[in-house]
Amino acid sequence: MGTSHRETRQLSTSNSLYEMVYDEVNRCIQCGYCLPACPTYESMEKESASPRGRINLVKMAAEGKIDVTEHMKEPIDQCLGCRACEVACPVNLDYGHILESAREAIREEHKKRNRGISFKEFFFSQLFPHSRRLRAAGNLVWAYQKSSLNKIMRKTKRINRILEPMVQMEKALPLVDAPVKRVKPGSVIPAKGETKARVAFFTGCISDAVLHRTNRLTVELLSLVGCEVIIPERQNCCGALHAHQGLKKNARDLAKKNIAAFEHTGADYYVNNAGGCGAMMIEYDKLLKDDPEWNDRAQHFSSKMKDISILLTKFGPLPFQKKWEGVITYQDSCHLRNVQGIHEEPRILLKSIPGATYVELSGSDRCCASGGIYNLLQFDESMKILDQKMGNVKETKAATIVTTNPGCLLQMRLGIERCGQSHVMQGVHLVDVLAEACGVG
Amino acid sequence: MKEAILKEIQQIIPKNRMLTDLQERYAYSFDASFGEYLPELVVQPQTKEEISEIMKLANKYHFPVYPRGSATSLSGGPLPVEGGVVLDLSQMKKKLIIDKENLLAIVSPGVITGDIHRKAEEAGLFYPPDPSSSQVSTIGGNLLENSSGPKGLKYGTTKEYVIGLEVVTPTGEIIRTGGKTVKNVTGYDLTRLIVGSEGTLGIVTEAILRLIPKPKARKTLMATFPKLTDSGYAITNILSAGILPAAMELMDQACIRAVEHFHPLGLPIDAEAVIIIEVDGHPLAVDEEIKMCQEICSRAGATSVRVARDEKERDEIWKARKMVSPAITKMGPTKISEDATVPRSQIPAMMERLQEIKEKYQLNLVVFGHAGDGNLHPNIITDKRNKEEMKRVEDAVGEIFESAVELGGTLSGEHGIGILKAPYMEMELGKAGMMFMKKIKEAWDPNNILNPGKIFPKPGQTRVVLR
Repeated sequence: MGTSHRETRQLSTSNSLYEMVYDEVNRCIQCGYCLPACPTYESMEKESASPRGRINLVKMAAEGKIDVTEHMKEPIDQCLGCRACEVACPVNLDYGHILESAREAIREEHKKRNRGISFKEFFFSQLFPHSRRLRAAGNLVWAYQKSSLNKIMRKTKRINRILEPMVQMEKALPLVDAPVKRVKPGSVIPAKGETKARVAFFTGCISDAVLHRTNRLTVELLSLVGCEVIIPERQNCCGALHAHQGLKKNARDLAKKNIAAFEHTGADYYVNNAGGCGAMMIEYDKLLKDDPEWNDRAQHFSSKMKDISILLTKFGPLPFQKKWEGVITYQDSCHLRNVQGIHEEPRILLKSIPGATYVELSGSDRCCASGGIYNLLQFDESMKILDQKMGNVKETKAATIVTTNPGCLLQMRLGIERCGQSHVMQGVHLVDVLAEACGVG
Repeated sequence: MKEAILKEIQQIIPKNRMLTDLQERYAYSFDASFGEYLPELVVQPQTKEEISEIMKLANKYHFPVYPRGSATSLSGGPLPVEGGVVLDLSQMKKKLIIDKENLLAIVSPGVITGDIHRKAEEAGLFYPPDPSSSQVSTIGGNLLENSSGPKGLKYGTTKEYVIGLEVVTPTGEIIRTGGKTVKNVTGYDLTRLIVGSEGTLGIVTEAILRLIPKPKARKTLMATFPKLTDSGYAITNILSAGILPAAMELMDQACIRAVEHFHPLGLPIDAEAVIIIEVDGHPLAVDEEIKMCQEICSRAGATSVRVARDEKERDEIWKARKMVSPAITKMGPTKISEDATVPRSQIPAMMERLQEIKEKYQLNLVVFGHAGDGNLHPNIITDKRNKEEMKRVEDAVGEIFESAVELGGTLSGEHGIGILKAPYMEMELGKAGMMFMKKIKEAWDPNNILNPGKIFPKPGQTRVVLR
């Protein structure tokens, strides 16, 4: 074995990476406190799959010691983006910013080398961020569920082989409302009884397309606790999927459109029911901090944006009508917990349901590995984490597992399918449970 | 690394536990200290036999082997300074047995120290060593660095709790040292030789640890002193009053100001020192002792003494101490964390020396530490990109070491010698002292295979080099 351990290679330096994050990654003291918090470090059992390892690799890439696409991309792709490491970090490193910058650098590098992104990445990047396309897709899902086509499709092995992740996710999709039942952009729903506040509801693109029923129930619950609900027109995707994929510019454009659409309503609060979208939107101030024209408006927007659980706790109590039967457990949405810092309120609400037995899920603060579209892009890794989590879920003996984000919800439903519990266990959004207990359907 | 050697390693270790890609190797090129060294290969062994085979191969082909736990070392312990193979032992973590009858824990090297704490406490027992990285660090790394944390004063250090080891030697033999009995005088005490050997004499593959009954109660207070020397008197007076606190933590003015600036907790920024004292034991004794501590602090000149009334207030007190790390990193991206330790009576003198060094070299130097056992943690906050300042840091670090030794102390209380302090070994140990240590190393590791480049300085190396 030779003694020279330093390898000399010609590597492409990504100066943009250096400019974007070098100061931030340099602040990492490499103490490793983030290691036990990281789901992929636990499942993949190596340093490059840990936050400390990834931060170091971003630093190495910024210094030109490793290549952005050849070496840095894979470990970055394998990150769930759950940001549990940020909570564990003693020096408050902005890992979200580091991750997004790394993804932006990868994308730029791809462009520079005229390399296309993979079909999978292309497909998801084209579908998710576009609310019209998604709404159309949502309608298709509804039509598909109503027809018997899904039974045929589930039996077609070929589809299974080609698009296993998609087929598995399809099984997890909740029943979709008929298009006529959806909340209409531009409408105003009055408060039942005294009006305590005017709130503007962010529908979200995925929720709007496939979890439409939850959106409708969200509006009804808000109205029940005394909120007048406005559905702002011209709102669009929060930009999280863009930002997570390194498309910061698009994310900024979407943010500006949302800010304008919501300002227009003059509402007291803005409200959302998706942990991931909420996390993105409370960070609009960070996203637009270098834009003097938008900075103040973004700050204002972010401070008004609240998760549904916050407003229901604030303006409650909810007028429960029914006694709940069976055990309820709760899986945190990482972005609700780690980025928005909300973990008490959903639990308080669930425990307040008459008759409900709430059992805390061991490891509920750890990511379910949905990770936006991580479960589609990194299917095997995601399923490893999910299956382990389902072991903990079974121990709670819960009949209902509750989440607060559409991605997590689909993932938990998938987990229920995978561990063969669909006959005794349901995966639902917090709003669905509360609405049912209030006799709202 | 030569193909032929890689092929032979593949005969020992399955491919999925051999990391060869550049990004994978860079992920093992660092620890929590200073410096970056790229290994040629990373191997994740699961059994002592695998490790033994690798060590035999290393002796055959003369490549260095670097054992690594969670890489939280502050002295460069696991850094592969000469390349070669990193043995990642963090994944060898299957065994964690609590033996209630014999008050023992039997553990694999990759088990996290904090998990031992939790398991022991579930059984009503207690494993006192608690380095601040215990939620992350592996027990293997803890033992080899002999790091102990704040409870050393009352409960002793890590080495007092290790009574038996299974070790792969540098030449690949598998040996057992000590055993399951607290008393054991059969032959040389190899257990104590291995504990604290910084991974240069053997790789721990299993450890037998002593546990003690868990103290039933604890009380915590925080006292602020306008004069640093007065806090020193308070500490000595408490100990001479016959009280042995579980922890006595000291923060200097620079620390207090950094914390208060970072996260206002209402700390007095004019105070020269804050001390946190925690007593544990029987509830009645604890009540009396904390009262005595309170009185002694007031008499010694404390301007305020706050005793925590419940767990919440206790957490608030400890928060001030825990905020030190994040607060000081706001001053710069590079943190040089030292652990010079002096006899307790010399703490005020050492604190004075540190202030002089701070002023002489114009550096961001803050001091906190485990005052009860004289283990201070002077931290220099700087930026390694600033070459001129790094030169001053080197000189300051050298003077810190010299001061500690002059005051009858030691270079390192718990971080280990590693690479940074190696040039100062002779100053503390003398030529003959060094020679006998070297002889031990040569006897155990004739080909200098295991963790070479640590503890012993290179010929002619006489000072710290950070640039």
